[in-house]
Amino acid sequence: MQERLKELQEEAIQKVEKSVSLKELNDIRVAYLGKKGPITEVLRGMGKLSAEERPVMGALANEVRETIAVKIEAKQKGLEEAAVLEKLASESIDVTLPGRPIKVGNHHPLTRIIEEIEDLFIGMGYQVAEGPEVEQDYYNFEALNLPKGHPARDMQDSFYITEDILLRTHTSPVQARTMEKHQGKGPIKIICPGKVYRRDNDDATHSHQFMQIEGLVVGENIRMSDLKGTLEVFAKKMFGADREIRLRPSFFPFTEPSVEMDISCKICGGSGCSVCKRTGWIEILGAGMVHPNVLEMAGYDSKKYTGFAFGMGPERIAMLKYGVDDIRHFYTNDVRFLKQFSKHE
Amino acid sequence: MFVSYKWLQDYIDLSGVTATELAEKITKSGIEVEGVEVLNNGIKGVVVGHVLEREQHPNADKLSKCLVDVGGEQPVQIICGAPNVAQGQKVAVATVGAVLPGNFKIKRAKLRGEESNGMICSLTELGIEGKVVPKEYSEGIFVFPADAEVGVDAIAMLNRNDEILELSLTPNRSDCLSMLGVAYEVAAILGRNVKLPETNLQASTEKASDYVKITVEAKEDNPLYVAKVIKNVKIGPSPLWMQTRLMSAGIRPHNNVVDITNYILLEYGQPLHAFDYDRLGSKEILVRRAADGEKFVTLDDAERTLTSEHLVITNGTEPVALAGVMGGANSEVTSDTTTVLLESAYFNGAPVRKASKDHGLRSEASARFEKGVDPNRVRAAGERAAYLMAKFAGGEVLEGAAEADTLTVEPAVVSITLEKINRVLGTELVMKDVKEIFDRLQFGVSIEEDTITVTAPTRRGDIKIEEDLLEEVARLYGYDNIPKTLPIGSTTPGGLNEYQKKRRVVRQYLEGAGLYQAVTYSLTSEEKAAQYALEKRDTIRLSMPMSEERSILRLSIMPQLLEVLKYNSARQNDSIGVYETGAVFLANGTDSLPVEKEHIAAAITGLWESHSWQGEKKAVDFYVIKGILEGMFAKLGLFEQVQFVQAQVDRLHPGRTAEILLNNEKIGFIGQVHPTVQKDLDLKDTYVFELSLKAVLEAEAPALQYEAIPRFPSITRDIALVVNKETVSGTLSEIILTAGAPLLKEVHVFDLYEGDKMEEGKKSIAFSLKYLDPERTLTDEEVTKVHTRVLAALEEKAGAVLRG
Repeated sequence: MQERLKELQEEAIQKVEKSVSLKELNDIRVAYLGKKGPITEVLRGMGKLSAEERPVMGALANEVRETIAVKIEAKQKGLEEAAVLEKLASESIDVTLPGRPIKVGNHHPLTRIIEEIEDLFIGMGYQVAEGPEVEQDYYNFEALNLPKGHPARDMQDSFYITEDILLRTHTSPVQARTMEKHQGKGPIKIICPGKVYRRDNDDATHSHQFMQIEGLVVGENIRMSDLKGTLEVFAKKMFGADREIRLRPSFFPFTEPSVEMDISCKICGGSGCSVCKRTGWIEILGAGMVHPNVLEMAGYDSKKYTGFAFGMGPERIAMLKYGVDDIRHFYTNDVRFLKQFSKHE
Repeated sequence: MFVSYKWLQDYIDLSGVTATELAEKITKSGIEVEGVEVLNNGIKGVVVGHVLEREQHPNADKLSKCLVDVGGEQPVQIICGAPNVAQGQKVAVATVGAVLPGNFKIKRAKLRGEESNGMICSLTELGIEGKVVPKEYSEGIFVFPADAEVGVDAIAMLNRNDEILELSLTPNRSDCLSMLGVAYEVAAILGRNVKLPETNLQASTEKASDYVKITVEAKEDNPLYVAKVIKNVKIGPSPLWMQTRLMSAGIRPHNNVVDITNYILLEYGQPLHAFDYDRLGSKEILVRRAADGEKFVTLDDAERTLTSEHLVITNGTEPVALAGVMGGANSEVTSDTTTVLLESAYFNGAPVRKASKDHGLRSEASARFEKGVDPNRVRAAGERAAYLMAKFAGGEVLEGAAEADTLTVEPAVVSITLEKINRVLGTELVMKDVKEIFDRLQFGVSIEEDTITVTAPTRRGDIKIEEDLLEEVARLYGYDNIPKTLPIGSTTPGGLNEYQKKRRVVRQYLEGAGLYQAVTYSLTSEEKAAQYALEKRDTIRLSMPMSEERSILRLSIMPQLLEVLKYNSARQNDSIGVYETGAVFLANGTDSLPVEKEHIAAAITGLWESHSWQGEKKAVDFYVIKGILEGMFAKLGLFEQVQFVQAQVDRLHPGRTAEILLNNEKIGFIGQVHPTVQKDLDLKDTYVFELSLKAVLEAEAPALQYEAIPRFPSITRDIALVVNKETVSGTLSEIILTAGAPLLKEVHVFDLYEGDKMEEGKKSIAFSLKYLDPERTLTDEEVTKVHTRVLAALEEKAGAVLRG
């Protein structure tokens, strides 16, 4: 009987080792350890044994069962692991295939430039002021020291609707309205972005509709040097810390003195190239100290208050910054153009 | 203004300063020099030649065979195609080896069998613009005066070894519309002196005032009129140096008298006019406003109809010139003229501007009057012109001038304190620095303690107030020398307001949802302006549009967005989404500003989802655009306040369109573009919305408030309802939510079936209902009780029955 058990153990272990599937293994389990299996059968014959032999044989039988069970268990684990590995192997994919694209749009490049400028000045304590695109002649011209018949009105041929109402030619009327609203009191620190319109034929460098962003600071001790310092902060943040600025005298009816600001050319570093027309400088914006007539018209005492203003064109800045060569791109809205401005910078 | 570097040296010493350096200095101190043009650019080997013989080319009708002395040992044969070449002429010859503009090299050549050793040049071949070449030479070669020396450098003879500074003048600096004005500016920059031109001459004993009487009726328009009379002039070409200076400045030479008036225009900035005294038909000049409808033929032979806004010079009855703009054909100087009446006047800008604009006659003269001439230079300019006519037209200048003068000229006297200068500029100048600047400008200066009082010369009409002095100080002190500071004193809190912040949120959201931001034009056509308008109003039309396409202010954004889709679809981008925020303009009566409302519009077309290698494709549909919009409302906390109501909107699909209500107010629409419109625009199925962004951003959303996360489980019941086809899900959800409150927390549609298994006219909608009590675990019985109530309400209010 003892031998028979050993024999069965050997036989079972061999079968377990040879088995290649979980099913086969289960069959072995049922065959050897089941109630109808040979070990149980052997044990049934225990009745013929003596009282001394019986527990010994019982223990042996259990030991054989146990041994087989352990083997089966071990084998099962092995087979399961192999099965998992096989499954994983069969599931492998081509990781170089493209991922599912997330549909994302982005800001129009002009909005991008405007928000960048807004944020930059917000950081310096400015508020964002807006106003109507259709304006009264008074706010667009007269309140800005451009009375009727002023020669500088030639410079900005305008779209009139009636004799007194026109599409604003600049965002300066927002400044005039803001000053009026402040009723002769300071301080004012605003930045005014928006659409403006001029009677120009659309071509690579002209657009009858374009954007402008202007700034205005009015207070009791605002100096030309403050304008220079402010513009330098702006230029370096907007165009790079290595840029230099230069102010050149200019003329605008609403400021006196008036200046234009150039930045050193990025392309040639100031030595002169075709982008900067060999001057080493690129014109960026117009600025100046608010004309006393403008202050007085808005109700400010020009003896007490001074201010500075500046204005620039987001199209021009975008063209310089991104190398866009035709202003019409901004209004054609070709997605192949628009989607180029998605990257955060 | 074109400024010749060489000519400028008549008035100021420029030694040690090259043209380029000068340009840089002028730019930095106030007047932008746009460019410096080198006139002789690249030209070599052009000399004065003498045409010794000229005969017909044996083999070509239009060519001449010339023997030309070019100063070499032997005369050379040159074939010339110019019709005006003739024996005895002194001409410009590009000799063999010469280089002409555009790197055009002259070689020995054979023309129709005849040898040609060079080329006789026209002025355009030497780089001079055709429009300034004297008329008699415009179709052929240029001919030098007979005394020109053979063999000398023709380029030098033509004054082309010069550089031209192109000044871009702002309207306030019209003083620099003259060589003398530029000289004063340069003098201030360099700290040098100005040398005035020669005007002294021996006048005749006869008096100009005996020849003509001046009367000015329109004294305000013409406060000063000065007429000089020059007798015995011989009309002919002006000296070559004067012609070349005129050409370099962009003016075509005519004859000595006309050239001299133009030369003075450039030199003094004072426009002059020369009349043929004998053709005036009277001994009188009367300046008056024209009569309405009065006719007048200007010297370009065009008949002009005048109005009372135009100023005319008359001979007492008939107009002889349109003041400041153009002379008349009836009194024009011709080759037969012997006595010249020379007008030097001060005309006010307004009538000159009106006339030049009305008749399309903008000229160098009118531009100067429009901007204002120096009243103190009127007489001097006349004297100088008379001097030149005596010298170069053989004229005899009569003594004095006939005048009408009501002009009071008072130089501007302006004071400023040193404290103000430093306070506004942020500088630390001392009085000596300031005084030196005004001395350099040749302004009168007096100083009393801290105050400097400046008398500005009349040529600088732009100096009127303290700030003008500030500018003079700043620009000549140098902006480079002004320190950089930031404003000090009371500060303001910066930032965006609520509206602006929310607008940015909306943009970010829509872009995150896959839409590109577009910016289109506010001006559109009559036809498009009112399409898709949310409010029907009169359109607002420009009084002088540049084109019909851009003549009306838009009432909606949609037509332009659809144009954007059309443009892109035609370029293989037929699956895109775009949005725009911007103003639309609602008429508000002709005397008031229109109401500007900020709108937001979006349009999507083509495939919305497509993942090529996985073969997934999903076209846009109503629920894609609606989902985007609902997400926007959710982002703004307005989701609960919005309703979509089936509606009809012009140019949208009648069955796939809804009005959008916010707090029961209509704010916009959403839907599919009408298939016929889609077809017209060549678009695939396109879904859109447009609504008042203003209404959305100004709507109040409930404040954000934390709600406890439920600790107890919810119970979900799914129901499939059979309803009439017309019943919309929104109505059912509404009923469910009302009947199920407060335990019913959520309801959503999870299936819609309209297939053929349904009874005719019916459809099935399945809802998932979620019940929850935040305080405890719900029992089945409790839920069943509420659920039964919900089902009863559905049946009662919408005839909805559970699907069997």
